[in-house]
Amino acid sequence: MIPEIGQFALVLAALLMIVQGTLPLVGASKGISAWMALSRRTAQGAFFFLSLALGCLIYSFIVNDFSVLNVANNSNTKLPVIYRIAASWGSHEGSILMWVFMLGMWSCAVSIFSKHLPEEMTARVLGVMGLVTTGLLFFMLLTSNPFDRIFPVPVEGRDLNPLLQDPGMILHPPMLYMGYVGFSVAFAFAIAALLGGRLDATWARWSRPWTTLAWCFLTVGILIGSWWAYYELGWGGWWFWDPVENASLMPWLVGTALIHSLAVTEKRGTFKVWTVLLAICTFSLSLLGTFLVRSGVLTSVHAFAVDPQRGMFILAFLALVIGGSLALFAFRAPKVGTAGTFKFVSRESALLANNVLLTVACGTVLLGTLYPLFLDALKLGKISVGPPYFEAVFVPLMAPLVFLMGIGAVARWKEATLPDLWARLRWAAVISLVAAVALPFILGRTSPTSVALLALGFAMAFWIITSALAGFFDRVKHVEGSFGEKLKRQPRSFWGMFTAHIGVAVFIIGVTAVKGFEAERDVRMMPGDSVSVGGYSFRFEGLEERRGPNYNATRGTFDLSKDGKSIRKLYPEKRIYFAHGMPMTEAAIDSGIFGDRYVSLGEPINDGQQSWSVRVYHKPFVTWIWGGCILMTLGGLLAITDRRYRVSARRDAAAPVLAPLEAVKLEKA
Amino acid sequence: MSDGQEITQGAEAAAVSPGGIKARHKRFLWIVFGLAFFAAIVALVLNAFGSSITYFYSPTEVVQDKVPHGRAFRVGGMVEGGSVVRDSNGLTVYFRVTDTAETVAVVYTGILPDLFAEEKGVVAQGKLDEYGVFQATQVLAKHDENYVAPEVQAALDEAHKNRAAQTLAQ
Amino acid sequence: MKKKLLLLIPLVVFFVLAGFFVVGLGLNPREVPSPLIGKPAPTFALPDLNEPEKTVTSKDFLGQVWLFNVWASWCVSCRAEHPLLVAYAKTNEVAIVGLNYKDKPADGKAWLRQYGDPYTVSVIDADGRVGIDYGVYGVPETFLIDKQGIIRYKQIGPITEEAMRKTIIPMIKELKQQ
Repeated sequence: MIPEIGQFALVLAALLMIVQGTLPLVGASKGISAWMALSRRTAQGAFFFLSLALGCLIYSFIVNDFSVLNVANNSNTKLPVIYRIAASWGSHEGSILMWVFMLGMWSCAVSIFSKHLPEEMTARVLGVMGLVTTGLLFFMLLTSNPFDRIFPVPVEGRDLNPLLQDPGMILHPPMLYMGYVGFSVAFAFAIAALLGGRLDATWARWSRPWTTLAWCFLTVGILIGSWWAYYELGWGGWWFWDPVENASLMPWLVGTALIHSLAVTEKRGTFKVWTVLLAICTFSLSLLGTFLVRSGVLTSVHAFAVDPQRGMFILAFLALVIGGSLALFAFRAPKVGTAGTFKFVSRESALLANNVLLTVACGTVLLGTLYPLFLDALKLGKISVGPPYFEAVFVPLMAPLVFLMGIGAVARWKEATLPDLWARLRWAAVISLVAAVALPFILGRTSPTSVALLALGFAMAFWIITSALAGFFDRVKHVEGSFGEKLKRQPRSFWGMFTAHIGVAVFIIGVTAVKGFEAERDVRMMPGDSVSVGGYSFRFEGLEERRGPNYNATRGTFDLSKDGKSIRKLYPEKRIYFAHGMPMTEAAIDSGIFGDRYVSLGEPINDGQQSWSVRVYHKPFVTWIWGGCILMTLGGLLAITDRRYRVSARRDAAAPVLAPLEAVKLEKA
Repeated sequence: MSDGQEITQGAEAAAVSPGGIKARHKRFLWIVFGLAFFAAIVALVLNAFGSSITYFYSPTEVVQDKVPHGRAFRVGGMVEGGSVVRDSNGLTVYFRVTDTAETVAVVYTGILPDLFAEEKGVVAQGKLDEYGVFQATQVLAKHDENYVAPEVQAALDEAHKNRAAQTLAQ
Repeated sequence: MKKKLLLLIPLVVFFVLAGFFVVGLGLNPREVPSPLIGKPAPTFALPDLNEPEKTVTSKDFLGQVWLFNVWASWCVSCRAEHPLLVAYAKTNEVAIVGLNYKDKPADGKAWLRQYGDPYTVSVIDADGRVGIDYGVYGVPETFLIDKQGIIRYKQIGPITEEAMRKTIIPMIKELKQQ
């Protein structure tokens, strides 16, 4: 009964979405107020039905209704309840439902928080989102229905993939999807602007908080995914350049370009065409990511669902959405107005250059990810592109990006001069250079490659921090009052930028330290043996068998010590899950601000002495990688809460946009 | 993707100040700058590709000596049943990879992935030594017991097709 | 005019990509048809799992439509398709012959006791030689063989409910009428 209610709710949501995707759009072009007003109702109604459908699916999982195919394939009577809930979005069908549910949530949020927007704008934005949702709902109902029944009803389910039975996996997909799907709002705003021909600073102001929020979710999603891979895959790596990871990185890179380009469009009225293109690309890459993961076009260690029929459907959908919007872009973009002007040395230039670098970086990731597919399609052989490619391309692109980041945050809009920039940034430059030269030697490195790597990393990190501070002191110099007051007077958007940029520095420090100082050993150990890595000693004390709810585990006990002083015990496990007979490594990690100590069990060695192959790591500053991402997210959130987004903006909409006009006048003078 | 947006950026820059000799000069500078940047990116990508692309071969192709010498490649197939042997030091493993037609001996030192097992799909990356033994630096097994890596599947299909053709020819 | 052409570039790039995806989807290796389809099924003469002194040969099934299912007790995916086979065996539509592939007979028998035995007869292929003749590279695999001993259909991997309903059962009905 419950699954039928869910199914019915999906159909009702699809009907509402068809209405939302057509009438408001027509209404907006013909000026029919009643049709435009429909969009808010349908968005809220559809969200209700989508929540109901998701609720029904979660319920079916909690009660283990194995007559539902999806439940039978992904749940098990022995699966703990929390993972049963997570299993409802762990499967292919469930994850698509989650996608659509979140799309509904964003639409609903737009319908609530868009009171100050002109009626047509709201109608168009919601209309475009309605079209996208309709497509996905039909995809779900026709090829991946989460409520499909199975007969005869199995007595036992197949259980959730053990890899997904983890706290990180409960949060990772929803966060990632919130990000992916959130970019649909930016996309819908861009399409609405192309349709309506209205593209100005106010438009940027409306779509900016939505875009930043989506970006924050995506950042958190990627961060959790990376952290999960780190402790769950047992290899101690935090990024593998796996196609599925790349699929989430690409929208992030272009999305990062987009939030900066939107800033320029809002403040200066320029970069409009570029911003619209980025908005389209960001969401297109989100859809592409879903396509790559769900269609099985690419091989990947993740390799979840493989089904060519589904792939064809998503591809057709992609062709409609992306192809349609890019065609609209090609025809309408010339009409959206002229750009303002700026000089070669200016904040605009720095931001533009960074936008280009981020986009190019995304392009190279796309190329590396798809190149094996291209060769295969042309029958030129089967290849794989490994992490060395991505590293070799990424680092040279990120170095100038970071350099310009420092300049962009300090330079004046429109026209800056080099002497002025030098005056503001000379201390930052000197400190970064000194740190880059001195730190590798202080830390005891002598080999040229290792020194070069550390020097580059530290130079980048210190440059970001010091230039951000330089920018800060510049801003507060002319503010009256005590230091505390000076701090308080700065707008939240400034603090947002400041925090996010410091986050990048923290991230770089983490990456550099891990690359430069990590120590790893694969050893054979029997109880009583000790191994030392990075100044820490791991003593293997013994093994015991342990029974979990749906698995059997062999648990090792290790004593971690430094300079003869015991720090704590570590308990890595090797689990065998009943339903899949699938072995899983659970690493044990002693995590700290200055580094992680990591031990994982390999496999037993049959020598009659209870020996195991064991992998031990010391990973200095690895947590800074994720800490940096958290700071970036916090920065984004601070920026969203800036005062100017909260003031009712009706008068914004009416106010003439001065910036570009002013710029043109100045140019003539 | 990159080139498309690269040029769009040029277009926007070109639109910055239309007309005039100075503007034309400026536009020229932008184009030169853009082309130089584009060339640098292409060089970067090609260079990176050159050193980090690994080709995939089936055991049959290895036995027929169709593989590069002195360069890393990947070989994939099923781990032959009963072929896994451990060295006394515990961390070196010997096994044979088969596509059901031919087999290749593989040596690997290190910890094998969780899903490595006999009769299961595997992909090994490394080089062939002078004795025809594949010295693996990396061993990959896939994350799903129902799932065989497409390359592995293709290698098996190929071997199977050839054998069927031979049987029919007899 | 020139600018308009430039704005078309993203669209063109996208369609080139999409073209590759279409080809890429067609490359799915699971779609590769087996070279054995339409060919006579390789012959075998193997001991019966339950009565090892008795020899079962492929000739025993000439004149009837039968399913040849490759399974093993160590095979996890076999467990996934097994309930379907057990349910289908109750209909007595066709003979289901099991090839106990690279397995220990004792393990195989225990496994059938635990999960149910859908097989008309199971034969032992301990060294996997017959499996090789049939081009088996993953367990489970299932072959549908007609009255003349010709292989008509091959299921790679576990039989799904959908494959059973939409392909296998209709084909069996059709072949039986010939």
